[in-house]
Amino acid sequence: MYSVNYHRAASVTEAAKLLKSGDAKLLSGGMTLIPAMKTRLAAPSDLVDVSRLKDLQGVKVSGKTVTIGAATTHYDVSNDEKLKKACPALAHMASLIGDPAVRHKGTIGGSIANNDPAADYPAALLALGATIVTNKRQIAADKFFKGLFETALKEGEIITAVTFTAPAKAAYQKFRNPASRYAIVGVFVTKGKDGVRAAVTGAGDDGVFRSKEIEAALAKKFDASALDGLKVPANGLMSDIHASADYRANLIVVMAKRAVAAANA
Amino acid sequence: MSDVSLTVNGKRVSGTAEDRTLLVHFLREHLGLTGTHVGCDTSQCGACVVHVDGRAVKSCTMLAVQASGSSIVTIEGLANGADLHPVQAAFKEHHGLQCGFCTPGMIMTATDMIARHPEGLDEATVRAELDGNICRCTGYHNIVKAILAASQAMAKGSKGKAKQAA
Repeated sequence: MYSVNYHRAASVTEAAKLLKSGDAKLLSGGMTLIPAMKTRLAAPSDLVDVSRLKDLQGVKVSGKTVTIGAATTHYDVSNDEKLKKACPALAHMASLIGDPAVRHKGTIGGSIANNDPAADYPAALLALGATIVTNKRQIAADKFFKGLFETALKEGEIITAVTFTAPAKAAYQKFRNPASRYAIVGVFVTKGKDGVRAAVTGAGDDGVFRSKEIEAALAKKFDASALDGLKVPANGLMSDIHASADYRANLIVVMAKRAVAAANA
Repeated sequence: MSDVSLTVNGKRVSGTAEDRTLLVHFLREHLGLTGTHVGCDTSQCGACVVHVDGRAVKSCTMLAVQASGSSIVTIEGLANGADLHPVQAAFKEHHGLQCGFCTPGMIMTATDMIARHPEGLDEATVRAELDGNICRCTGYHNIVKAILAASQAMAKGSKGKAKQAA
């Protein structure tokens, strides 16, 4: 790791100021950034630690409205009793990230700011139609995830929370790479008052995306059988040593079926 | 350089370290606590697991300065003098190690796992929770046995204590 200057911000405002120095980066759980710095893929001059800011932590549930602080760890999301009642699918999804020690450190804000094409949270937030709250504005998930490791965040903008309306039904299913345990395909489906949404991670050439084909089929009937024989195009899907685009296209339907079955269970 | 102040195994310690110093190197090289191991150095193998403010974390993936102000427990902090911690005793009893390199991380993960599952553990849960700890010798069977046995022994122990308190 190259030399770096560490700062522990006392507030979001102070973090925003500190971010202006040199080539500074925000540090939350550090589960991606620190490994990237160790391999010198990332070399920020300064780190601004926001992980201890109390107003960025915790899950709030008010009626159907769920708000999760950006520095809430995957463990705390997976284990939150109110969330398990309001949106068990998201708590379950968080319990599938990494391993227990990683879940103790990694945060929802860090995950979506990084927007890894195989990360779980982007699929969840896209399917939930969530809003990403920053220190400057609110961004709809549909406009937030821009591409591989790319988001709508501007220079110096800090995610403070994520908020969404809990859907009537939701579930997430992922097919893991047996070695890395990342999603080769992960599908998050929801059925809420605005209809059906299905978001896919791990598969898209350009990161997380919504599957029109799956959404259209499930809008007619929210049942796994509605996806029988459905084909999603392999065009625009990743092909790598782990899986071809065709294989991923097939897996998307399989995972979507399992997710719908789980959502209806 | 930053000042790093920690409570490690109940003792207040402080030192100065480069901001890029990883917690595992601070523990091993500044404090001489070499029980915590560096295995893969890529957040996967779990040989470096310690508890930070009561939670198991990978100390190869955290800066020492990030942990400043926190309370750390390492493998050296588990035994009570010559009396092994119940998880250590169970690993010995059930032959939960061969070369021993992964063992400190396995035991720190296991104590955290048992604490988070006061309702008790079953084999499937133990195996799933060991996702982040790799062992190249044992094939895991005896590690799983040791953790299940320790979980039961500790549940009995805490019931015994509750009775004494009542």
